Amino acid sequence: MTEKIIRHVLAEFAYQAPKIERGYANQTLYVNVATGEIKAKPVSEEMKFKFTGGKGFDLWLLWNAVNDNTKWNSPENEIVISSGPCGGTTQYPGSGKSLVTTISPTTEVITDSNAGGHFGPLLKFSGWDAIEVQGIAERDVVVIVDAIAGKVTVEELPDAPTDTHLLGAWLYDVLAEKPHEKYYIAMVSAGTGADHSLLGCLNFSLYDRKRQDVRYKQAARGGPGTVLRHKRIKALVVRAKPFRGDANHPADPERIARVGADMQHEVATWDPVQNRMRNRGTPYLVGIMSDYDLLPVNNFKFGSHPKAHDINGAYWETRLTQGLPDGCWYGCTIACAHAVDGFELQTGPYKGQRVIVDGPEYETIGAVGSTCGIFDADAILELNFYCDTYGIDTISYGNTIGFLMECYEAGILDLEKTGGLELTFGNAAASLEILHQVAQGEGLGRLAGLGIRKAKAYLIEHFEADPQFVQDIGMENKGMEYSMYMGKESLAQQGGYALTNKGPQHDEAWLIFMDQVNNQLPTFEDKAEALHYFPMWRTWFGLCGFCKLPWNDVVDPKNSKSAEPAKIPHHVQNYVDIFAAVTGREIDINDIIAMSERVYNLQRVFNIRLGKGLREHDYPPYRGVGPVTEEEYESRQERYDKQLREWLGLDPDAMTLQEKMAAHRKYRTERYEHLMDAVYERRGWTRNGVPTVEKLKALGIGFPEVLAVVEKHLQVEG
Amino acid sequence: MITLNKRERLEWQEGLTVQALLERKTFTYPHIVISINGIVIDHDAYAETLIPDEADVRVIHLIAGG
Repeated sequence: MTEKIIRHVLAEFAYQAPKIERGYANQTLYVNVATGEIKAKPVSEEMKFKFTGGKGFDLWLLWNAVNDNTKWNSPENEIVISSGPCGGTTQYPGSGKSLVTTISPTTEVITDSNAGGHFGPLLKFSGWDAIEVQGIAERDVVVIVDAIAGKVTVEELPDAPTDTHLLGAWLYDVLAEKPHEKYYIAMVSAGTGADHSLLGCLNFSLYDRKRQDVRYKQAARGGPGTVLRHKRIKALVVRAKPFRGDANHPADPERIARVGADMQHEVATWDPVQNRMRNRGTPYLVGIMSDYDLLPVNNFKFGSHPKAHDINGAYWETRLTQGLPDGCWYGCTIACAHAVDGFELQTGPYKGQRVIVDGPEYETIGAVGSTCGIFDADAILELNFYCDTYGIDTISYGNTIGFLMECYEAGILDLEKTGGLELTFGNAAASLEILHQVAQGEGLGRLAGLGIRKAKAYLIEHFEADPQFVQDIGMENKGMEYSMYMGKESLAQQGGYALTNKGPQHDEAWLIFMDQVNNQLPTFEDKAEALHYFPMWRTWFGLCGFCKLPWNDVVDPKNSKSAEPAKIPHHVQNYVDIFAAVTGREIDINDIIAMSERVYNLQRVFNIRLGKGLREHDYPPYRGVGPVTEEEYESRQERYDKQLREWLGLDPDAMTLQEKMAAHRKYRTERYEHLMDAVYERRGWTRNGVPTVEKLKALGIGFPEVLAVVEKHLQVEG
Repeated sequence: MITLNKRERLEWQEGLTVQALLERKTFTYPHIVISINGIVIDHDAYAETLIPDEADVRVIHLIAGG
């Protein structure tokens, strides 16, 4: 760049990056953007053993940083980011994830979210296993971890844009003294949408060497971007030194290479005839979900739509740029992180610009697309781009718009209340207009930016909405909007969504095929076991820096002959090997579950400490359980009537529609209560969902301050 | 009648093939294993494999947990 860049350094901390040993830098970085305090914190052997890394480190640092009364916008709340000991591995696919944890503005408890991109691994290779950022700055700042200069700074950069696609291009130019240095820069940012809404996401950057441009992956759930911008942070940046493929300095690099080579071969062999992730990415799911009545349509009223095949995997294979490495993290042959290049924006402040649209992912297509009744690929791309650059979670945004569309069609909203927007299902122009309003903090965008839970309260208070109706149709639990799968016919998935720590994101368990289609979980005990094992297994990915996709989105068919095909034992063994080879710590699957249980239970106790995390917070909206409206019942009348006969021994021909709906509601809600009991028991919790003292002690996290939280509740329960 | 995945009872008709059953159920997920009365059917044989009346058919979709 030729012009003079103004950089006011507000705080500076000199350091020398330690050598990474067996996946750990053995220190974490603390930055307070209010006071300018920057310091290193040592990582003990006990911390590594008990919390592993990633979300485990995040939670432990956050637990010690806040108090019982901390809210999402309190100065002591933190953004904490960590990859994990295996993060940065380049020989095994999907080994570059970062985990971010904070107190959420929408759920008001702990939220965690993961993303690809290069930030977490480059942070570690720059000498830090995690970064925790506390305080609220007086003016907009950028935090820069500069391993080349050997310093961490908090800087004011007055010329820095806010929206991510502009900020990334600008910052990379500012910080790279030579073009190739861009390869080793990564940043975390949000945008103007996060300034004005509670749905803020974080964009994790990567520098795409082929495109010679910056791209982004999103950690979006629970509003971490809102927390970042509330702290007046425009970006967290790491400027790393060039590194080699063995930068983790693993204990046994040959073992990693052997396991990695086997897996890379498996991906190359089977992905082309299975999900075609390397060509389609996660959008391969759109048509399939519609075929199985699992694709949310019109605010989760319906599960399929004829137009779904206009935006299915085959379509996206023609639309996504082919033949470029995805760059999400080095060495990942799954390569699901696709993009549409040269997309010309049709609306908003960047109208006419040709941009890279990262994705769209399946979840985004479902959220800003089908659940809003939108099946127009260009509209989905435009919504995707603007959500990302504004720093808004596509899932929460789309789901909230779908909810508001149903409110409009039900008469709760009208043209006057929407500012003249005809907010019917399928109106993509209206959704885009509201999205731009969110970024400006104007009009209906202010309501949409609250997310569904707080929007419901507003509609009840100001527009006389029926509380029961909006509670039934608002697809949120704990304050988080549902991700994009219909769970009405899968009791296990209803639990997979609502019996979670952070809220209804499918990253704990996706059990629909096992339960609804395969009938492999026929009893409450079977479902409870699945709702113990899979959330623990998947939690572990987030402790280590792994992506979930290589576990089960491409699998050698020989797996079907294994003892437990659902668990994919030969991939589990791969992870056992990789973890042991990186850290030098030999483990087995029981150790993996125990490692996750410690962190999972700590998160549950953390939620209780913050005033939630109990049974009363684990109920789904009825739209996620059964038919709310007559229209829904009638759309699947044959199925529902058959269920009345077979499940309840009733004669639907002798019942009114209202009686049939009431019978379903009673039966389905009672089964969910039984599921809660079974799951809590399996997890070692009380009927109120509180981890017992014995459980916490057995896990090795019976610290006095942890036990003190649960003991108050256990005394009440008796 | 045939039984699908130990739960659903479906009408049987003469000449019912595995491929026809998949189409009837819109089972389009590409990674599945099918057995008839305990015998696994090769993927290449779906179109010509006949399902007998009263068969115990399992169509297991191999994605689970996540």
